Parts: sequence; C-alpha cells; structure tokens
Amino acid sequence: MMNKPIARRQFLGASLATGAVATAAGLGLLKPQMAFADNVAGWPAKAFDAKLLKDAMSDSIGKTDVPVSSKVKLTAPTIAENGGAVPVTIEVDSPMTADDYIATVYLFVDHNPTPLASQFTFTPASGQAYIQQRIKMAKTDNVRVVAKTNKGVLMASAPREVKVTIGGCGG
Amino acid sequence: MNLSRRDFMQLMGIAGAGSFLTRGAVQSAWGADADPYEIPDYGNVTLLHMTDSHAQLLPVWWREPDTNIGVGPVLNQVPHLCGQWMLDYYGVATPPSSKYAYSCLDFDTLAHKYGKIGGYAHIASLVKRYRQQRGDKVLLLDGGDTWQGSATSLWTKGADMVGAQNLLGIDDFVGHWEFTYGQDQVQHLVKTQLKANFLAQNVFSNTWQELVFKPYHIHEVSGRKIAVIGQAFPFTPIANPGYMIPDWGFGIHTEHMQKMVTECREQQHADLVVVLSHNGADVDKKMAAMVKGIDIILGGHTHDIMGPKPFMVGKTLIINTSTNGKILARFDLDVGKGKLNGWRFHYLPVFSNLIKEDAEMADYIHKVRSPYQEKLAQPLATTESLLYRRDNFNGSFDQLLCDALRDEMDCEASFSPGFRWGYCKLPGETITMEDVMGQTAITYPQVTVNTYTGEQIKNIMEQVADNIFNPNPYYQQGGDMIRVGNIQYDFNPDEKIYHRCSNMRIGGKPMSASKKYKVAGWAAMQPVEGKPVWEVFSKWLQSKKHVRVDKLDLPVLNKDMQSNKGIAFPKMYQL
Repeated sequence: MMNKPIARRQFLGASLATGAVATAAGLGLLKPQMAFADNVAGWPAKAFDAKLLKDAMSDSIGKTDVPVSSKVKLTAPTIAENGGAVPVTIEVDSPMTADDYIATVYLFVDHNPTPLASQFTFTPASGQAYIQQRIKMAKTDNVRVVAKTNKGVLMASAPREVKVTIGGCGG
Repeated sequence: MNLSRRDFMQLMGIAGAGSFLTRGAVQSAWGADADPYEIPDYGNVTLLHMTDSHAQLLPVWWREPDTNIGVGPVLNQVPHLCGQWMLDYYGVATPPSSKYAYSCLDFDTLAHKYGKIGGYAHIASLVKRYRQQRGDKVLLLDGGDTWQGSATSLWTKGADMVGAQNLLGIDDFVGHWEFTYGQDQVQHLVKTQLKANFLAQNVFSNTWQELVFKPYHIHEVSGRKIAVIGQAFPFTPIANPGYMIPDWGFGIHTEHMQKMVTECREQQHADLVVVLSHNGADVDKKMAAMVKGIDIILGGHTHDIMGPKPFMVGKTLIINTSTNGKILARFDLDVGKGKLNGWRFHYLPVFSNLIKEDAEMADYIHKVRSPYQEKLAQPLATTESLLYRRDNFNGSFDQLLCDALRDEMDCEASFSPGFRWGYCKLPGETITMEDVMGQTAITYPQVTVNTYTGEQIKNIMEQVADNIFNPNPYYQQGGDMIRVGNIQYDFNPDEKIYHRCSNMRIGGKPMSASKKYKVAGWAAMQPVEGKPVWEVFSKWLQSKKHVRVDKLDLPVLNKDMQSNKGIAFPKMYQL
C-alpha cells in the first residue's frame, strides 16, 4: 500500500485540516487514559472518560441538548464496511475570521464505552473547520457532532445512524 | 418516389425484420403478425440498457419472484409487486407473453410456449438492429454483475464476459460482483482488456479517499453532450468479502453524486445527465429524491421488473432492467440544449426463440465455451419439479442446496445466501455441472460447518433480515432473506431488528437460545478452509439421481402481510 507515490496535495487533502489541533480518543490505537495522561495540560479527562452520552455532553459542552444546524455537516456511511475504522467527515460552515470562527468541534458516538470520540480545536488560521477521521464503533449506533463558535454558540449536526452488521448475502 | 426520412427508416426496419426474426416465430409464438421489436424512430439520442446478466452467455429459463415484499416508503410500490399485482399495475394482463415476461404466473406452461430468455447472441442481434436503425445516436450501457454467475466466467476470471462486452460494443459499465475477483484482477481487465469505460463515482481509495475510477464520461451524440455517471454497488465490501478489495471503500455517497451531477451540468455543459446505477431499485428512488438534476437512472442490482413504464421521482425517470439478459431497455430521447424535451421508452423482453442469433457472437460464445464443454455438460441428476431461486424466502433450488449441505455435512440445519442470481430448471430436465455452477459460481465457495447456539442462529437471521426489510432504503443491501435448511420460523417484515423472527424451531422442535446446533453453510465473509460448494452439491445430486422439492422451509408471515402486493400466493405463507 505504501509503495504508491503520495502527492503533497493528496496528503494535505486527506489529512486533518491544517492548523487544527486534534484531541482524539476514538482512533482505536490508544485507549483514552493511555493516550493522554491527566497531567497533560488541557486534557479534558472527565469528558473523555464519561460512560454515558449525557455525561460526556455535560462534561464537554455543558449541555445535553443542542439545536441542529444545517451549517454542521456530518458525513458517515449508512452501513460500516469495517466497524473498527468507520470514516467520518465533518465540515462546519463558518467564515473563520478573527471575530467569527469555529473554536471547537466535538464528535460523539452515543453508546460507545466512552461516547466522546474526539475533540478538535480550531483557530481562524485553520482556514476551514474540516475534519476527516476514522472512528471505532462496536455496534449499530448514532454518530453526532457539536460545534462551538468563538462566542460560545453551540450547534449540532443531525445524528447519523451507522449500522454495523454481519453482512453477506448481497446480490 | 419521394420518401421522408421517417418513411425510409421504417422501411429499413421492416427490411431488417425479415432476416431478424426466426422463420414463422412471430405467428407461432405470438399469434400476431406484428414484429414486437419494431420501434419507430424518435428523438436524437438512444440509450440501450442491459444489466445483471450474471455471465449467462446462453439463453436460460428465468421465473420472476412470487414474493418481493416492499416495506416502509416502498410498500406496494413497483417493483414490489408480484404475480397479478405486477400485471395489473402496468396494464399488461394480456397478451400471455407479458404474463411470462413480467410475472411468475403459469411459469411452467408459458415457458414451453415462449422459450428461454436472453443469450448474448440474441441480445447482439437486437443491439445491431437498433444500431443500424439509429446510427451513431446509440449508447449501450451495462449496469454490472456481468462477470459473475457462470462456470466459464469463474474459470476465466471474468475474461470470457469482457470479450462478449467488447464484441457487443458496451460504452459504459459499472460494477459489483466484478469486484469479487479481487482488486488486481479488476484493474487488469479494466486497464488491459475492457473497451468500455468502467465508471464509479462512489469507489474511493481507503488511504487517501480519492476516486479509484473515472466517475463519469461525457459522450457527444447528435451534437449533444450526454453525461453518464457510474454508481457501483455501494455495499460491496459488506455484502461480499471485503478482503477481496482491501484498498477500496464504497458507500452511496449522495453528496458526491450531487457534486458530480452539478459538475457535469455546469463545467462539462452536459445536456443530459444519466446515472448508470447498481444501487438497487429502492436506493435509486431515495437517491433521486435527494440529488437534483439527474434526468434518468438506469438501475440494476435488485433484478427487478421496473418497466414497461419508467417510475418517476420528481423529474427523474427510473427503471430497473431485470437480469440474466431477459430485458433490453431502450430510451429514445429528444435532447435539447441543456434539457430533455421528450422521451419514449421501450422495455423489450429478449425471447430467444423469436430472435435469430448473431453469428459473430454465437461463434465467440462457442469458442470460449469449447475448452470446458465436457465438464459443463456432465449430467448429475434429473429434476421432477421446477427449480428456481429468486424469491424473498427459500426458492426450490436453494431448498435442494440446503438439503444437500445438511446431508453431506451431517448437520441438523443449514444456511445458504440469499443471492438473486441463479437461473431455473424445468420439470423433467437434467441438472448438469453447468447448472450447479449457475447457482454457486463465486470466488469464496468454501463450505463450512459451524456450531451455533440458538441465539447466534437468530442473530444471523435478524441481521440479514434487517438488511433486506429495512424501512430506510439506504440501509438495504439488496439480496433476499438467508436460505434455511430445516429451520422453521414466523416472520414479520414490518418489525425492527431482533423482533422479525419468532417461534423458531429446528426440525420442528423449539430452538433453544443456549443449545448448540451444527449448521452447514457457504460463502463466508472471512477467508476459510473448506470444499467448494459445487463439489458438495454435485456429489449429492449424483447420489440421488432424481430429485424433487415438495416442501420449502418458508416462514409463516404475520397476518398484516395478507394484503401485501409483493406476495403473489399468500397461501404459501399460511395467510
């Protein structure tokens, strides 16, 4: 797989938005408590350790109910090809100027053992609030995103159900 | 004599017909003088569509399902209509040839009258005739599942079908079962042998999320730009083994489809946008409601009769063009600058006893089959009853296969996948090795014996059912319900996952959730060791010599299904 030439443009296009700071726990490589110790400054341990969606939401965004906005676009497959690496794309419509930008994006999987899968921090220099990542899902579940502006306004994506199934029998 | 262009074309058509139809065929089979394939000239673009031939180079018997239940938004909607419901919907209760083409009614009797359907040499005759009539106005589009389903396609890894496609002059092509030959073989055939464009707007590299194939092709026809966007089967790595295509990701990708449609219209200045789709009928309908700007979706995958009238969602015309070469669909279009001004649609059953073979294609087919002739023709058993597969629940051919698996592997129960391909055998016919391969020719054919608890058996059946009867079409994979051997159950398609199957029994005795059962099966999603299923099935057939299927392991459906128009014979389900 790695013997393919990789263009820089492709590499940038496929990686995280430049300038975004990712705090990710759901990549399947590291467990949250292993990934970042509590002594790492700014690590939101409480939110990432929460076992229930409502606790994870309260601990991260301070609310359990956020209005859905068409500005927050979440793309995820309807049926996962591999529950161990489900590709999700998040794009938040924002001018990303000094006085109006998306500051933080939170990604939740409702019933994952720890529902807060990842948290991303942006600055106006990020240019756009755009993320592609792969998350681990144990079973059929909802994936949802909450975005927070620099002024503290919260908006959510519509939840997307990703089905994890045994497959087979097609066609 | 002063002939108008139309008169001239009609004369040509009639002249063509003289040598086109087999002698006396129209009168003897149809009881009419008219040439059913005669189509008057219209418009400036003709699209010919075929799909899901499943590598059947020769004509076969094909029976429409008696059960194809629609749930949720597609309840009692075409194509979820069976038997008389289908005929009534299209208003084609007469003549009997329509009954034969579009329903399961009186299949055995009508089969003897109208003969086998499809065959590449017969399709080639039709295609050549229409190319002669319409000149360079014609595009021929193949909706996929063309490289798999026969012994010779498996043994040549799809190459025999690529040869047939090239000879037929396919312009564009999309894939599903093609991918089960593995990504390297697909790339090899697409890059070095296939003349058609292999299109997919929804196949991306797993590494970089970049398109693996060209998403669309712009054709210039009659001075107009015709965009054809390809849609591969979105759930290939789930419905079929993902290890065959480890570097490629699929999915429906509605947003990307919209982007492609907009790009075709705005940047490529397409006058007409066509999607060549392997989504399946229900997914096509939902996609058409979400994506703006598609003129026509030429659909496949679900092997449905979805003609002779196109189904409309908004301004999008949607068809589905059956399987096994049974139907050739023809759109005659009047394409103006940037818009479709008018259309005429023709849904043409390919009755092989009515159409003369194209000699060139017939020669090709003979050539590719000849090295295997002896093996293909090996007789195994005779059948006393009709053998068919296509149905939501156990078809009779699958019942036989499930019984064979149980016997040969010494198991109390068996599973077989709900594939929608696999042709029929009529009562009295001999089942040959070729026929066995016609039900089993896949690249992951190993038979396995698993020890499952009752809970696991129920889970498997519930998961599969949820992929077929999901009220949201975007969660449907196509295919039919998993086939069962010696498992009895009640079934409610309208329920949610884990609640559809109830009153489950094995060998008539209540199934225990914790007890372990020995279950034979094939077509695993992970690499496994085991004998190929055709070996097990053919050995069993040879030992039986004569077979007949008297009883199918069909579920008892819930009472609400009594009025579901996707069921032709409610009594089969104790309704």
